Amino acid sequence: MATGPDTAPNSPAGGGSRRRARFARRSGPGLGQAPVLLAVPAVLLLLAVHFAAPIAGMWYAFTDWSVTRPAQWVGLENFREALGDADQRAALLRTVELATIYVVVVNVLALALALALNRAIKTKGLLRTLYVLPALLGSLATAYIWQYVFDYRGGLNLALRTVGLDSWQQAWIGDPDWALWAILVAMVWNTVGLTMIIYLAGLQGVDSQLMEAAAVDGAGLWRRFRHIVLALIAPAITINVTLAMIRGLAAFDQVMALTGGGPVRSTETLATQVYKQTFELGRYGYGTALSLIMTLLIAVAAIVQLTVMRSREAQI
Amino acid sequence: MALYRYTWRTFGRELMLLLITIVFFSPMYVFVVLMMKSTPETYAANPLGVPDHVETANFTTAWAAGMGRAMVNSIIITAGSVVVLVFLGSLCAYTIARRPGRLSGTLYVLFLVGIILPTNLGLIPVYVVMKHLHLTQSYIGMIIFYSGLLVPLSVFLYTGFVRTLPREYEESARVDGAGVLRTFFRVVLPLMRPVTATVAIIIGLITWNDFFHPLIFLNGSDKEPLPLAVYSLAAQYTSQWNVLFAALAISMLPMLAFFLVAQRRLVATLAGGLRG
Repeated sequence: MATGPDTAPNSPAGGGSRRRARFARRSGPGLGQAPVLLAVPAVLLLLAVHFAAPIAGMWYAFTDWSVTRPAQWVGLENFREALGDADQRAALLRTVELATIYVVVVNVLALALALALNRAIKTKGLLRTLYVLPALLGSLATAYIWQYVFDYRGGLNLALRTVGLDSWQQAWIGDPDWALWAILVAMVWNTVGLTMIIYLAGLQGVDSQLMEAAAVDGAGLWRRFRHIVLALIAPAITINVTLAMIRGLAAFDQVMALTGGGPVRSTETLATQVYKQTFELGRYGYGTALSLIMTLLIAVAAIVQLTVMRSREAQI
Repeated sequence: MALYRYTWRTFGRELMLLLITIVFFSPMYVFVVLMMKSTPETYAANPLGVPDHVETANFTTAWAAGMGRAMVNSIIITAGSVVVLVFLGSLCAYTIARRPGRLSGTLYVLFLVGIILPTNLGLIPVYVVMKHLHLTQSYIGMIIFYSGLLVPLSVFLYTGFVRTLPREYEESARVDGAGVLRTFFRVVLPLMRPVTATVAIIIGLITWNDFFHPLIFLNGSDKEPLPLAVYSLAAQYTSQWNVLFAALAISMLPMLAFFLVAQRRLVATLAGGLRG
């Protein structure tokens, strides 16, 4: 192979070989080289949806743009309205609350399941596959199954009656105090298997000989977990917590299916408000402002999380 | 060496795990039983008893109430998005991985950033532009939007894979006089088959179950995919759980079939693919 430019750039190129590569490009693409043209459609779509549109959105968040009115700069008015409105503030706090509880519950359950399944259990393969099923069936479909369970004439009350706890019966979804928890349950049920799978993949990297050695040295279950398992699956924790945080802060499907935001707005989240304000009421500017708040929330949560996790990963 | 051996304690643990699993999946039992019952049966004293026959009317009602049409829509949208994203992603990744220089590096970082940045903020501008171009309430519009939304994921997965591919095959194809595109489609794309499967599975899952974006772009049209059809059917058949669950079963059928056929591959993909 005398056509140098194709292989040379692979090595950390010095000035000379880079110049040679550039020369080769000008005289037509080399043998193993692909023309930039092939990447253009993908790059255009990327720039449009992931960069241009959000940047435009950022500007519209400061306007009073709506179906009936062209965009006009109103400064911080949208944000003042959002934070001044008691219902909107409640939706914001509720979203943070729901996301936080969801992150903790789904990760603790998933990790516990993964640890249990990582043992020498005979039905391991079957169970592992089974728990993924709800994720495949989709958030909306699984939410409707839970809607029946929590219905006043539904599964949970039936079960309570059967075991003689008649007085515990509730209109779970119809009760503002319970409805959010019903949504949480549906969200956890939908995603715990997926989260578990990622933990299992992480646990695969935990060396069983290391665990045995630690056990022989007298490290108990908790210490083995704390100092070996937790340290080695730290990357899996980071991924799972981040994904769950994003899912929680953007909770939408289950809310729409189970309660539609009710009863008496007690389950409205940021995402349902973004949808309703923008697409049902046509308030593009205000809706984008809410969307910007949600984006900032996700960004801050992600950055805090990654920083904390990084420093912890380093610590352990 | 007792830690990973199967002992009585392991057996006890396994039993408990199976018990937990049964409780975890009890809603599934409820779901399956109810879809087989007639409406009066669902309001009997014991609606959750094992059914003695399957009420097929539930399924025909659900199918006629829009699920049939929605199934076709979902298949068109999902298949279209997967095909477009396989081609866009693989071509772009091939360029990024095989073209030396700063541009490729920059592009790769841009795609990575695209995976992480939330897209919700851009949704309204995209919606308004698409409405002007008459791309809302259309298959093509939905597929174009999904292509934009998921192209970073596709490019990311493909690039990682192409970087591990040896160049010899392409080079000898080029030496033999094949053009760039011919080399790509005849030599490179077939070599990419494993990662194409991963991309297709992940993108297929995301688009098939997506509710939010079709709600914005296809709501009220005759091109609504399954989640939207289920959503309107649930509003129409309030408290008729048997019909609603039959509709859900219809919407899940392709995924279930796929799950039964390819569960190993699927679980491996979800573990590996989501790990990035």
